[in-house]
Parts: sequence; structure tokens; C-alpha cells
Amino acid sequence: MDLALKAEHKAFADEVRAFARENLSPATREKTFSGKHYDRDDHMVWQQALGKKGWLAYTWPKKYGGPGWDVTQRFLFENVLAEEGAPRILPFGPKMVGPVIYTFGTDEQKERFLPGIRSSEVSWCQGYSEPGAGSDLANLRTRAVREGDHYIVNGQKTWTSFAHWGDWIFCLVRTNTEVKAQEGISFLLIDMKTPGVTVRPIIMTDGAHHVNDVFLDNVKVPVENLIGKENEGWTCAKFLLANERLGIAEVPASKRGVSVLRQIARSEPQNGSTLADDPAFTAQIADIDLQVQALEMSELRVLSTMAQGGAPGPEVSTLKVRGSEIQQRIAELTMEAVGEYAQPYQPGMLFQDTNETPIGPDHAPPAAPRYFNMRKTSIYGGSTEIQKNIVSKMVLGL
Amino acid sequence: MDLSLSDEQKQLKDAAERFVRDKYTFENRRKIAATERGWLPENWSQFAELGWLGMSFSEEDGGYGGGPIETMIVMEEFGKGLVLEPFLPTVVLGGGMIASAGTKAQKEALLAPMIEGKKQFAFAWLERQSRYNLADVSLKATKEGAGWSLSGHKGVVYNAPSADHIIVLARTAGSAREPKGLTLFIVDAKAKGISRRDYPTQDALRASELTFDKVSVGADAVLGKVDEAFPVVEGAVDRAIVALCAEATGCMDAINAATLEYIKTRKQFGVPIGKFQVLQHRMVDCFTNAQEARSMTLMASLKIDDKDATVRAKAASGAKVQIGKSGKFCGQSAVQMHGGMGVTDELSVSHYFKRLTMIDLMFGNQQHHLTRYSNLAMAA
Amino acid sequence: MDLAFTPEEQKFADEVRAFVRANLPADVRDKVKNGKHLIRDDYMRWQQALGKKGWLVYTWPKKHGGPGFTPAQRYIFENICAEEYAPGIIPFGTKMVGPVIYTFGSEEQKSKYLPAIRESTVWWCQGYSEPGSGSDLASLRTKAEKNGDHYIVNGSKTWNTMGHWADWIFCLVRTDPKSKPQEGISFLLIDMKTPGITVKPIIMADGGHEVNEVFFDNVKVPVENLVGKENEGWTCAKFLLANERLGIAAVPQSKRGVEALKDIARAEQEDGKPLIENQSFAEKIADLEIQVTALEFTELRVLSQMAHGGQPGPEVSGLKIRGSEIQQRITELTMEAVGEYAAPYLPGLLWQGTNEEPVGPSYAHLAAPRYFNTRKTTIYGGSNEIQKGIISKMVLGL
Repeated sequence: MDLALKAEHKAFADEVRAFARENLSPATREKTFSGKHYDRDDHMVWQQALGKKGWLAYTWPKKYGGPGWDVTQRFLFENVLAEEGAPRILPFGPKMVGPVIYTFGTDEQKERFLPGIRSSEVSWCQGYSEPGAGSDLANLRTRAVREGDHYIVNGQKTWTSFAHWGDWIFCLVRTNTEVKAQEGISFLLIDMKTPGVTVRPIIMTDGAHHVNDVFLDNVKVPVENLIGKENEGWTCAKFLLANERLGIAEVPASKRGVSVLRQIARSEPQNGSTLADDPAFTAQIADIDLQVQALEMSELRVLSTMAQGGAPGPEVSTLKVRGSEIQQRIAELTMEAVGEYAQPYQPGMLFQDTNETPIGPDHAPPAAPRYFNMRKTSIYGGSTEIQKNIVSKMVLGL
Repeated sequence: MDLSLSDEQKQLKDAAERFVRDKYTFENRRKIAATERGWLPENWSQFAELGWLGMSFSEEDGGYGGGPIETMIVMEEFGKGLVLEPFLPTVVLGGGMIASAGTKAQKEALLAPMIEGKKQFAFAWLERQSRYNLADVSLKATKEGAGWSLSGHKGVVYNAPSADHIIVLARTAGSAREPKGLTLFIVDAKAKGISRRDYPTQDALRASELTFDKVSVGADAVLGKVDEAFPVVEGAVDRAIVALCAEATGCMDAINAATLEYIKTRKQFGVPIGKFQVLQHRMVDCFTNAQEARSMTLMASLKIDDKDATVRAKAASGAKVQIGKSGKFCGQSAVQMHGGMGVTDELSVSHYFKRLTMIDLMFGNQQHHLTRYSNLAMAA
Repeated sequence: MDLAFTPEEQKFADEVRAFVRANLPADVRDKVKNGKHLIRDDYMRWQQALGKKGWLVYTWPKKHGGPGFTPAQRYIFENICAEEYAPGIIPFGTKMVGPVIYTFGSEEQKSKYLPAIRESTVWWCQGYSEPGSGSDLASLRTKAEKNGDHYIVNGSKTWNTMGHWADWIFCLVRTDPKSKPQEGISFLLIDMKTPGITVKPIIMADGGHEVNEVFFDNVKVPVENLVGKENEGWTCAKFLLANERLGIAAVPQSKRGVEALKDIARAEQEDGKPLIENQSFAEKIADLEIQVTALEFTELRVLSQMAHGGQPGPEVSGLKIRGSEIQQRITELTMEAVGEYAAPYLPGLLWQGTNEEPVGPSYAHLAAPRYFNTRKTTIYGGSNEIQKGIISKMVLGL
């Protein structure tokens, strides 16, 4: 056991940092630290730079065009990028559908889809949840009926993040209605430009548009877009969800969040000094800081098991549970640090690059919206209640 | 000791309930929030006709002789409907300060028309550096002939866009954060030298940043005694806190009811999700939290007129701590139990959640009032 | 609405205070004040004094020999007794079986049992829980078979509080094993001196003996000891549990507990100053005080409804939940206040009242045992999980 970094790892971290400083646009970086919303370009320009360097699909094995990094390198890469204010890599291509394709897809499918994911030339979105199938995902009803060499897809997906930016969507669809819920599901890739695909925005409580309803009306999908076997899509679905849960803890972003919170506390006035001199408040920061450290060590323990050849087990659910609670708490404390000036609603400051001067300090406009928005983290990717059920069943045997 | 409502109070509750039912369906509220003013003059006139604008003032002041219990009853119903009309800044704060510190002439000129629905107020106390310290005021008022000249900045002034008069807390003597040396001025909202930046708040109310550039007012603009405003402000803010607590209690009732309904109807895994014990217990915790919030609001409403200033302050802070805690619990739980729907703009839940969150930030959050309560209790 | 006491209520308060000061034995008061354990005789001396005054059964209506207090008087009585360090009234006779007897019992039973309860000449205990029936009370198995004019009772009861001091026990027994669990239960009064009854102590985590197992081996109980109808005992059981839940919030005791905690925090030193001047500890006490106030006003609201003819509904379960949590929090903070000196375990001083010198301050040795022991409050009288189940079903309709 050793927490210290070897020389080659230090050199690697320096390389990542230098790359980020060179390639990350200052405007994007500023949005990260002030908590503003990114637009499509913020993500795409950055991801394409990573793609060119061969780092976008950093969790992939060499054989599929990944850098083939060890666990320490991945850890350093994620942390350095977070420290440098890079936006998180949108997971739908590189962390979700990519690994599904290289694990379950045919060679033709790998050749066709993986390069676009690695380079971020193609952006993906996820068609999982439906109005009646949220936590109970297997209850989904979107139908795909085989007709010659096509499927005809009808139904509705919801909570689809960034569908309005997406070129392709990967969907869970029902191909057999006669069998048990999990057994009649297939995993299908659909070009968003196909006639019959309609995207409708869902506006969130902070006024943001991230998620959408996606309506599928007699959409013709070639059978070669089926991943794995027909009716065996649930296997892909579970594989993907387990992958998702690992990164979803967002430890590097939370570490950055704690350090930003400390900066805000140092700048917020209170009784002639600053909030950083208020022991009640700094104790709360210390508490969340310790929670982040505990989560990081838990994640490192999982990664270390994986480095020894183990697979992440159902216990990664606890990482997701704690990770989301921590992100929420950081957003809550940040809002509290801002205090009364969290009350003005300034959508211009949040969503557009207006020249408006903020009301209150620069960090004030996103504080409350972010707190509201972060409530989603304990709901998406399998709600906290679902994760606890997974741990209770699969880990504790209850 | 008797904690039951009188017949008149029951009628008041019924009337407020009826108003919210008729005028504040969620869709209606959305429309009201989207108007330029952010509230409806016809509703305000109705408040005047129903006597709500004057109910908590003494008959001597032209009111109807009620008190904090009446305010509590109405504010609670307002909370259920997320009512947008500026009752708190105008009646509870503005009216409250004029009633407690105003001269006969000021009451006649301002309070009487307010009760008739013809005047609205805003209370400007906060500055960028103030956080929750009511005495952290640097906007300066200097003598200018017989009157005064005001210069400085005020922030997050609720209802400033609609107010006829701004009640401004200014420093006339003493050093920064000294309670002594503060003076209240009643300033015409259109006075020369005031510039305003208006905006909505997270919860769809209206507020402004105000800049005062050598704003001249007469000697008669002083509300109460020069340099002695602090106790008046503290008392008024404590009353406003108790009124906010009542509003929060109403919000919690509504958000709990909506969540209960949702978990009874939303089906997953073939059953309503309310059949899952983990959600049942969380729902029970929500109701227990709302009960405690109601209890503390009642306590504070009963004690806010106490002769002893410490008792009043402790009551307000104690209730605010509870409301902060319960409001956060109910709000966060409601969103969680609604799943993704809870974070959308479409359902009422997120709007109650936002209001509850903002109430915690107004006039001192949970931590601030815990500290204040603790210091008061230790000094006693 | 009015919080102030009327002149009559004020006069009553003075009378109660004068009575307690004149009649509460000084040694008993001293034990309560210092958190020492009381023995049977301590309770009896105080309860008999109250009985003589007609105040022991202060919750009973006049017609059954109670004083017919108004809710305000009840509130005053309970609070002054607590302020004056009177021991809590043992509820088994006065608050549990007494009301069951006057509500469901025959005239003969009323005249036989009620006077001794009112005067505290008989000590009652409760035979509800069984080894296999804890939270699921209705699954109880202790059997009572009718044999002529007697029942023959076989089985065992557990968590029986102070049964080793009791003269009588009221029991839930199964009289019809064939019907649904709730429908075959009867409510039986049993003389503890009847042959076949054995009491075996259960030693708690703090080393104390307050609860027992009670074994029934062919115990002969006359049929006239049945309260209500045979197989309808569940009605009595539910009635009793609802009554129990109201007083179980123990608000006056918690108010006294907070005061005692403050005394300890004033006596304990930290960095050369009293602990109570530590802002963060003082705020923990403040938070607790606010919780107690919230609970008190919730109880007052229930009492006020009762004064206007309402009945306490299932929502009183909420009082039990919060009341028990608060009691626990008081002991937890008290232990925190004591700090390192909570570690020495001094059973002699705790249980036998020996003259041993305490290690550390005189209150220190009690702190940890109380904290351990008070964990019971969220378990007994229907665990908090059960209470939430009740509210969820009966109040929320889930």
C-alpha cells in the first residue's frame, strides 16, 4: 500500500495539466468556477481536443483506441482536469454506449461507431427512462417491431439529457411483449435525424433546459443498429448502469467544489470580517471536506480492486448514494455562503453570456439555481432509494 | 391558557382559504407571476375589502384590533397558495414599523391609506456587506438644513418596484455595525436621486437594488427617533420572521399534501410507490416536521407581543430555526419522492421548494438564528 | 388564543408547588435531582402522598375518582412535578390498566381494582411483549385456556418493566388460536403471587435491572379477571397504546433534562472557561431546547383539541417519536459534556448507592449508562418504526 506518487505518475500529471492549460478555453474554464451553464460548444470544443490527443475515451482499453491507462493515471487525469476547471466529459458516448458497443457489438458496429465517440465528432444521448418507467426501468413500453430489415419504433423516452444536442440516441426498446419484463428488451442505436424523432424540452426548476422528452413515431431503424441479441438488451442495460454508477460519484468535481466554497467563504463579508472567520460555518465546510475524503478513499479502494483484475461490484451503489448527497450539500453550503444575495434570479447570468453586471458578487447568480438543480443527483442514474435496494439485496442479502 | 381559534378567527381562516382556492390555482399563480408587476391590484383591493390590510392594527391606528394570530392565519393560507401580493413588506414590515414608531401625522398620511389598499411599502435595510446583521448599515444620512440627505446602497429590497414609499434604514451616527446611531426614513419611492435595478427573485417575487445619491428628505421623513431605530427594526423584523414562519408552515402543508397524493398515485414495480416503507417513513417524517413547524409558529405568534424583548426575540429565532430545518426537510423530501418531476418547472412542488428555501435565507438562516437563540438563552 | 394562565390556573399552580414541596420526601427529591436510581419504596412514598391528595390519577375523570383536571391543569401539574424533581408516576396502574378498567371493565372490577390504583397500594406491571412478539404484538402466543371458572395460562412475557416489584400484572393472552391474530386475544388481570409465575431479570447494557422475563406455567386465573369480552382484548390493547403514547413524550422531564444539562455545561471546564461558553456546544443545547419547545407546543395543541371535545388521534404517535428522540439527545449531549470522565464504570455508585467516592465530578458516572439505557425509548411503547407505520396507515392513508 502506498499513497505516494511515483516519478512517472508525477510527470504524467504535469503533462495533463499542461494540456488542459493549453487547450481549455478560458471562457469555459470561467463558467466552471462561477457555476454557470455550459453551451454545446463548451463541451464539444474541449472534448474534441481531448479526442485528438487520444484521451477522451480514457477508460477504454488500448485495443479499442483508449490510452490503456492504469488506475492511478485515470485518477490523476480526472483530478487534474477538475482542478483546472474542465467541464466533465459527457458520459453518453465515451462512458456509456462506447463500452457497450465494444463489449457486446459486432466488429462492423465497432468500426462504425467507436471512432466518432473517441473523437467526439458524434454526440450521443441516452433513451432509457419513460414516463411510466423511472426507477422501474424494466417496465418500459417503447415498442420496436421488426419489419423486414428494419425495426419500426414507437413510444416516448423522457429525462433525455442533451437530446437537443444529440446526433444519435441509444435506446432500450421492447421487442417482445409476451415474456417477463426484463426478457423482451433490446438495445438499439437510432440516428436522431431519422424521420419521426421529435425532441421536446423539459424546463427545470432553475429555468435550465438540459433534459427532454423524445417522441418516437414510426421511426425506421435498420436491424444492423441492434447491439447484442434481440431481447437480450437488459444485459447491456445492466452493464451500462454499473459503469455509470462508478463515475457518477463525481469526487474530483466535489473536491473542486469544496475549494471554491472556501474561496467564497473568504470573500463573503460578515460582521466586518468574512464568513471564513465564522467557526460554525467553517466547521460545516470541514465536515463536507471529510465526507469527500472518505468517499475518495472508498472509490480508490474500488479502483484498486479493479486494478488487481476485480470487477466493480454492487457496492459501488454506495458511492453513487454518498456522491450525490455530497454534491447536494456543497451546493447547499455555497448558497448559504452567499446568503441574502442568493435570492435575485438572474437567468441572463446563468444561461447567456450577457454583459449584465451580476446583482451581488460574481458567484451569487448560480448559487440558488445550482442548489435546486443538484437535487436531481439523488434521483438520476438510479435514485438513492434504488441504489440502497441494490446494496440491501446484492451486498447484504436482505 | 387556550390555544383554540375564536369564531372570528375561524371565519378569517375560511375566508383566506377561499381566496387561495379561488384565486391561486397553480396555473393562475403562474400567470400572475408572469405579469410585469408580479401581483394583481384586484387581489390587493380584495385584501382591503376583506379587512386583511388592517386586521392586525389597533383600532386607534385605524385597524381592526387583531394581532399576530390574525397575521399567522392569513400568512399560513398565503403559503399554501404561494401568494405573490406584497403583504409582508407592506403590511407586516412597513405598516408594522409605522404603527410602532410613527407620529400621528405619519399614521394618518401613510397607515390609513395602506389599510385602504392605496399605499404600498418596501423596507430597505440590507447592504452588500450586511449578511444577517441588521445593524451592519453604512448608507449615510447627513443633516441638510432642516432635513436630511441620504447616500448609499441598499440590496434585495422586496417590493421596491411597486412601493409608494421606501422605508430606509440609514446610519446617522456611530461606527459600522453599532446598533446605536441608526435612523429610519420614509422616502418617496420616486424621490430624486434614487435609482433602481429591478429583478425577480428565485421564487418569483420582485425586488430591487437601490442606489441613493444625495436623496433629500424633510425632517418629517424620520420614522421614530433619530439614532434610535434599532429596537424598532429588530421588533419589526422579528414580527416579519414570525409571519414568514406561518407562510412556511402553509407551504409545508401544501408540499406535503402534493407529495402524499403523488406517492399514492405514481406506480412503479406494479404498485403505488407509497406502498414502499422507505417512502412511508419519509412521508411521516415530513408530516412530523410540518407539525413541529406549526407548533413553533404558534408559539412565536403567541409570544411576539410579550413585554420582555428577550422573550420575543427568542420566540422569533426559535421558530425560524425550526422553519429552516423543517422547510429544508419537507422541500428536499418532496422533490426526492417526486423523482425527476420534482425538479421540473411544470409541477408546483419545485415552486414550494424554492419558496421554502428563500424563506430560510430571509432575515437570517437557520444557523444564524440558532446562534442568536443560543446567545439570548445563555444571557438570560 | 392565549398562552397566559388565568388567575385560577395561577392559583392552582401555587397549590401544586406547595403540595410537592411539603410532601415529596427530601431523599427522593435528592435522588431524582442527582439522577440516581430509585427503589420501589421511593416511588411508593411519593405516589401514596399523591394518592391521598387525590392527584395520583390526575388524568382520570371525576366519575372514576380522578380530580377532573382541565388540560391546562394537567400541563401545570406535570410541569411543576418535574420542576420540583418529583419522580415520574409509574404508568402501569394509573395510566394504563386503570383507564382500561374504567372504560371496559365491569362494575365489580371497577370497585375491586380502581381504589388501590388511585392510592398506589398495589403495584402493577405490563404483560404485553413476548420473545416472538415485539413490534408485531398481535402475534403473541401466551395461551389462556378456559377450564371451568378459571383460565389456565401458559407462556412467557418479556421486557416486563419493574415486574420484580409488582403485585399484579395485566396481560394480553391468546384465547382463540384459530381466528386472525388480532381477534383471538383477551385482556387478563393476574395476581403475581399465583403459583406458576416466575420472574427472571434481564440485565441491560448499563448493568441495570429494570426489566424482566415473566414465565407462566399452568397459572390458574379466575374468569372474573377477564376485562371486556373474551377475544376482544385487542380493543383494550389499542386503547391503552394510544393513551400511553401521549404521556410517553415526557416533555416536562425533558425540560428538566435540558436544565440539568446546562448545569453540567456550566460546571465543566474547557480551555479555562465553562463549557457552556463554547459557542458550538451552546448551540447544540439551544437546538435541543428548540426541539423541546416544538414538542411541547405540539402536545399543547393536542391537549387544546381534547379540551374542546376532540380525541387524541393516531397523530399522537408523532409525539412519541420526537419525544423519545429528544430524550436520547439529552443523554447524548450530557455524555458529551462530561467528556473523558464518562468512561469510568462505577456500578456500586450507580446501583447500590454506596458511599464510594465518585471518579471525576459527581454526575460523571451516570452519563454514559444513561445514554446507553435511553436508547430504549425509541424501541419501547411501540418502536419508532412502528409509530411511523401507524401514522402512515392511519393518518396518511398509505
